[in-house]
Amino acid sequence: MSEEKPVVNRELVLPGEVVDTTGLRPGVGTYAENGVIYAALLGIKNISKNFVNVFPLKGRYIPRYGDKVIGIIIETGPNSWLVDINSPYPAPLHVNEVPWKVDFGDTPSYLKVGDTVLVKVEGVDEAKHVRVSMKEPGLRKLSGGNIIEIPASKVPRVIGKGGSMINLLKEYTGCRIFVGQNGRIWIDGDVDGIALAIRAIKMIDEEAQTLGLTDKIKAFLEKESKIRRK
Amino acid sequence: MGMKSDIKLIDENGLRIDGRKPDELRPIKIEAGVLKRADGSAYVEWGKNKILAAVYGPREAHPRHLQDSTKAIIQCRYNMAPFSVSDRKRPGPDRRSVEISKIISEAFESVIMTELFPRSSIDVFIEVLQANAGTRCAGITAAAVALADAGVPMKDLVVGVAAGKVDDTVVLDLGKEEDNYGQADVPMAIVPRTGDIVLLQMDGDMTEEELFKAMDMSMEAAKYIYELQKDALRRRYAVIAQEEKEEIESIEEGIE
Repeated sequence: MSEEKPVVNRELVLPGEVVDTTGLRPGVGTYAENGVIYAALLGIKNISKNFVNVFPLKGRYIPRYGDKVIGIIIETGPNSWLVDINSPYPAPLHVNEVPWKVDFGDTPSYLKVGDTVLVKVEGVDEAKHVRVSMKEPGLRKLSGGNIIEIPASKVPRVIGKGGSMINLLKEYTGCRIFVGQNGRIWIDGDVDGIALAIRAIKMIDEEAQTLGLTDKIKAFLEKESKIRRK
Repeated sequence: MGMKSDIKLIDENGLRIDGRKPDELRPIKIEAGVLKRADGSAYVEWGKNKILAAVYGPREAHPRHLQDSTKAIIQCRYNMAPFSVSDRKRPGPDRRSVEISKIISEAFESVIMTELFPRSSIDVFIEVLQANAGTRCAGITAAAVALADAGVPMKDLVVGVAAGKVDDTVVLDLGKEEDNYGQADVPMAIVPRTGDIVLLQMDGDMTEEELFKAMDMSMEAAKYIYELQKDALRRRYAVIAQEEKEEIESIEEGIE
């Protein structure tokens, strides 16, 4: 808890700890009381553009506008589907939000319970009623492939700095991979490629705290893909 | 409480039966993140008490009628294992554990930022594996660490600690015999940063001055326990924090 003016100071903070007294503005994961800013979360302190933020290390996925997530259909209604997006809030997908012309009551012939879809969070209101949409290029029903789940807070790790980790995975496994913001990852390719990608992602999940993770995963993938080629 | 006996709970040197001074706590050990399947968890050893706490959520609240469209609900379950006491405890909720569950839920409601997760439920499970007086306080201490470990936004950790009156002396953190044969037990839950009291009960009776003295004692002890809680969380996340420094930029991209 260093109180001097930190510029790139990023340390672990716990709920209730003072994160700023110098008059910065409270950002995400913080709260202010009598001009002092405290952390509201267990996370990493970060200062950017006059804001103090605390980025969580753990926690459930909370939907935000514009997030692309992987959902699973859990219910069909006459003119909508209910999608589980791995958050405390299931999201309805209305027939107007899909790229097809669906007749009233004909929803199950397009998407059935258990189908997986790539959707975008269209809106979240103050009571956390979430709406999702499929009306955008790239959003679709996901057929084939495998889905695995990791904690949503580890999504940045799988993507890596500027997409470095995800490109590494795609390159070595030859798979098509999509990482949803909600921690669900869709992988499609040949059987061995999928198996390798899953092992690598599990490794990222388990060893998210080790230093030089990208290099470690690269070494792992290199070794494994050599065995595969033989 | 209330039981009569001729046991001397405080000896002529002013020491208690386990050799502690009146304002001394039992040894406390806290560990964070001990369960893999729970969102957050903690294990506390407090003297002879052994307590496991697990947190799930925020998750969808069921049954639906319990949902609150303005805030998350906190559902706490305090449970004693059948083998936690010397006579087998009949399993399942009883009058006592239902009460403790309720008051612990309410204690946490005042620190957790429930308004961030409307319609959801944050479930706290406190399992007493071994009981030796003061389990509700140890349970609160464990649950607070588990909540922080789960990444639940809250204003501060909560510390549970008890004080009481034994042989006409105000003492901190009553042990089994002191609880059974003493005159009063005052369990408290404290928000250490502000000094707010989020739980205060009293079993037995004591004078006003004695009560205030007991509360002051607990308040002092809470600061020490607070440090133990923070230390447990730091130990758990120290390694992660190091790496985080390197990759924080990618998280920022996700947040913006």
